[in-house]
Amino acid sequence: MVFLRLLILQEQCCYRNIKFGYIMNKIIEARFLAPDIKLFKIEASKIAQKRKAGQFIILRVHPDGERIPLTIADSNSKDGTITIIVQGVGKTTKQLNTLEAGEYIQDLVGPLGKPSDIENFGTAVSIGGGVGTAIAFPTAKALKEAGNHVISIIGGRTKELVLLEDEMRAVCDEVYPTTDDGSYGYHGFVTNKLQDLLNEGRKIDFVLAIGPIPMMSAVAEVTRPHGIRTVVSLNPIMVDGTGMCGGCRAIVDDKTVFVCVDGPEFDAHKVNFNILTKRNRMYLLQEKVSYEHYCKLERKIKEEVEV
Amino acid sequence: MAGITPKERMAIQRHHMLEQDPDVRNKNFSEVNLGYTVELAKEEALRCIQCKKPLCIDGCPVTINIPAFIKKIEEGDFKAAAAILKKDNALPAVCGRVCPQEEQCEKVCIVGRKNAPVAIGYLERFAADWERENLGIQLAEKKPSSGKKVAIVGGGPAGLSCAGDLIQMGHDVTVFEALHEIGGVLIYGIPEFRLPKAIVKAEVEGLKQMGVEFRTNSVIGLTDTVDELLQEYDAIFIGVGAGLPYFLNIPGEQLNGVYSSNEYLTRVNLMKAYDFPRSDTPMFNIEGKRVAVFGGGNTAMDAVRTSLRLGATRGMIIYRRTETEMPARIEEIQHAKEEGVEFMLLAGPLEFHGTEDGWLRSVTIQKMELGEPDASGRRRPVPIEGAIEEIPIEVAVIAIGNGSNPIISKTTPDLNVNKWGNILVDENTMKSSKKGVFAGGDIVTGGATVILAMGAGRKAAKAIDEYVKNKDIW
Ligand SMILES: Cc1cc2nc3c(=O)[nH]c(=O)nc-3n(C[C@H](O)[C@H](O)[C@H](O)COP(=O)(O)OP(=O)(O)OC[C@H]3O[C@@H](n4cnc5c(N)ncnc54)[C@H](O)[C@@H]3O)c2cc1C
Ligand SMILES: Cc1cc2nc3c(=O)[nH]c(=O)nc-3n(C[C@H](O)[C@H](O)[C@H](O)COP(=O)(O)OP(=O)(O)OC[C@H]3O[C@@H](n4cnc5c(N)ncnc54)[C@H](O)[C@@H]3O)c2cc1C
Ligand code: SF4
Ligand code: SF4
Ligand code: FES
Repeated sequence: MVFLRLLILQEQCCYRNIKFGYIMNKIIEARFLAPDIKLFKIEASKIAQKRKAGQFIILRVHPDGERIPLTIADSNSKDGTITIIVQGVGKTTKQLNTLEAGEYIQDLVGPLGKPSDIENFGTAVSIGGGVGTAIAFPTAKALKEAGNHVISIIGGRTKELVLLEDEMRAVCDEVYPTTDDGSYGYHGFVTNKLQDLLNEGRKIDFVLAIGPIPMMSAVAEVTRPHGIRTVVSLNPIMVDGTGMCGGCRAIVDDKTVFVCVDGPEFDAHKVNFNILTKRNRMYLLQEKVSYEHYCKLERKIKEEVEV
Repeated sequence: MAGITPKERMAIQRHHMLEQDPDVRNKNFSEVNLGYTVELAKEEALRCIQCKKPLCIDGCPVTINIPAFIKKIEEGDFKAAAAILKKDNALPAVCGRVCPQEEQCEKVCIVGRKNAPVAIGYLERFAADWERENLGIQLAEKKPSSGKKVAIVGGGPAGLSCAGDLIQMGHDVTVFEALHEIGGVLIYGIPEFRLPKAIVKAEVEGLKQMGVEFRTNSVIGLTDTVDELLQEYDAIFIGVGAGLPYFLNIPGEQLNGVYSSNEYLTRVNLMKAYDFPRSDTPMFNIEGKRVAVFGGGNTAMDAVRTSLRLGATRGMIIYRRTETEMPARIEEIQHAKEEGVEFMLLAGPLEFHGTEDGWLRSVTIQKMELGEPDASGRRRPVPIEGAIEEIPIEVAVIAIGNGSNPIISKTTPDLNVNKWGNILVDENTMKSSKKGVFAGGDIVTGGATVILAMGAGRKAAKAIDEYVKNKDIW
């Protein structure tokens, strides 16, 4: 399997992670948390020391690879590692998820974006949907450290897609897993659970919601009538991540923002989710082509290896 | 040819450079200009009358000894010609290709008064290419190590020329670059068909062999701050370019299909989207599409010519003034026309229209006419009432210039900038308000030219050399 993967990477160009005499971005640990969702611990000491909750990195898997953004889920400044959690949704993330401990990431840059605004709000609810839980995790942790009473709602379609429950329990006061199919925890969407908490009369001062766009916009609608400060982390398509290309632009409060430098976190009640959804569909066709090209390559090499 | 008189020299007609046929080249990404042959170069060199007071040198921002290098070409000593170029210009193969020569050295060439000026840029390119192709990378001499360390922020022409000079002066040089490749606009902006990436890579390789260390994937301000670098380095040069794209701020700019020129060109050049899906980065499928590019500079020409190469059925330049005001190099405008680009002049965009699903469908433009001259003496375009036209397009590229990226200024509070975010420096030394920090290139001047950025890098290198030795220039 490792051999196969190397062949695929080589096919796309030479496999070169040793740059200018430095060996960089070594993967220290790699393990699946759920089908298609993988956690990586990567050597990146500078980023590990610097990064704050809410920031992300951009990486490339190989020399012809796309630059994709991923949130820094955790870091350890002592051993100089950062943790990312990746959901395999297309070509690059699936290819990334074939990498194992001991291999290298071609390029890794960060920490990018603005850190989360962390204060002692009182009671803070952190809502994560799917891999969004991984993105919400560092901010939930920071909210707890700032003295908040932190409630975490972590949703998944089904039991095995509820991520990081133990990790969340370690840093939150209350944790509510939810599943769409009722196979685990609360039966329903994360928004139903949030609504229940509000109906119970719980005083909520701050909500952080990260996940698929429909989920984030639904949370915004639940908190809007209550005037609860709500923050979401946007996920537009990015290239450089430094404000140079403008491809990541979104509309917030009727103004254009560059999510990579002005965000990624914004006031949920001001985000134009409709435009974000449309912009994220920009390369739908090409993403399919790219993924099929990758699968074909993989198949071709497999056949050649078998012959 | 010793006996040739100046008059005879001046009577020789300028030699054209060989070019790919327009109908062929507008479908490929190979270089348009094919360069001079040895014979053509020597004949063109004959046209220089070796002025006693060469005006051309004053026209060159880095004061290359132009008659001297041309003389060497005439004599067939191309290696010596290249060496003369290298003394003042770290990237002659690049400048010979992208310099606006007609505005600089060639504009003032004496031969140009009666005939076409000597093709200084083409000759510069010839000598540099000849050296690279025949002798490989030639390393300059290096002074003994000074033990001083200098950090260069930004791997564009400003940073590279500064690095090249400092390493020769014996200092330790490290270049920090935000992207995964070195070269700045040379690598992500200017397309392959105008400046092959292999040339930039060879120049960078030369610097590497000289001992310059390159740290890609380092966004200064985020990965390290300027203050942190100052703890480790004796001096810093900031050459981060003008990398913040301006948009038109008209309705519909968020539609799918509307790009900034930075994004459009970066996807194609740096990320090699023209080679999709072998290369992973996608690009809107331009094949069979109508593309409108807004702007009149080199960037606009690069974007529109790129579009034709990606299979666009229409490639249009929409510009609010006339051709005379276009900031693009004459050669680029000429090449664009030959390749089939349509020019829609005296026209400005009002609004983009899209489909239900958010895809660009058309643009409405306002036709203009030239009004009274303004303060600068240029006749201002004024809208013609009611002259509004809707043009169907699927792709729009906005190429109206760049501002300065605030990442460094925001994280370095004692670095003085003007209201546009350009770093304020002393003109002679390029030193900023912050001790130990120098700056140059587009981040100081706003979007300018490769050669001006390189000139600024060299000026700074000289001052940095003095500063790290005795520290009393602030
Ligand atoms: C700030 C930020 C933080 C993120 N953090 C995480 C994380 O921690 N874990 C995680 O699994 N995912 C995260 N994502 C999403 C992740 O970047 C995309 O899933 C990934 O880029 C998809 O690439 P692909 O080639 O595998 O899939 P593709 O098939 O190319 O795309 C699938 C979808 O991902 C999005 N996408 C595609 N290319 C890009 C790109 N270059 N930049 C951004 N989005 C893109 C599009 O919406 C697209 O429809 C984050 C995104 C952003 C903007
Ligand atoms: C499409 C296009 C075509 C052009 N055509 C011509 C032409 O034909 N002739 C001509 O003379 N000029 C041309 N120009 C202008 C010319 O390219 C620029 O004036 C020149 O490149 C400026 O050089 P620079 O070194 O100042 O900046 P840049 O070339 O912009 O390089 C700056 C570098 O700094 C990096 N950087 C930015 N921020 C950071 C940070 N925080 N930390 C680390 N690194 C950072 C960037 O990634 C970049 O690599 C063109 C420009 C464009 C965009
Ligand atoms: S660097 Fe530019 S201006 Fe100077 S001689 Fe060469 S082409 Fe002319
Ligand atoms: S001005 Fe023209 S003719 Fe005179 S030295 Fe310069 S290039 Fe030669
Ligand atoms: S990703 Fe290019 S500006 Fe944000």
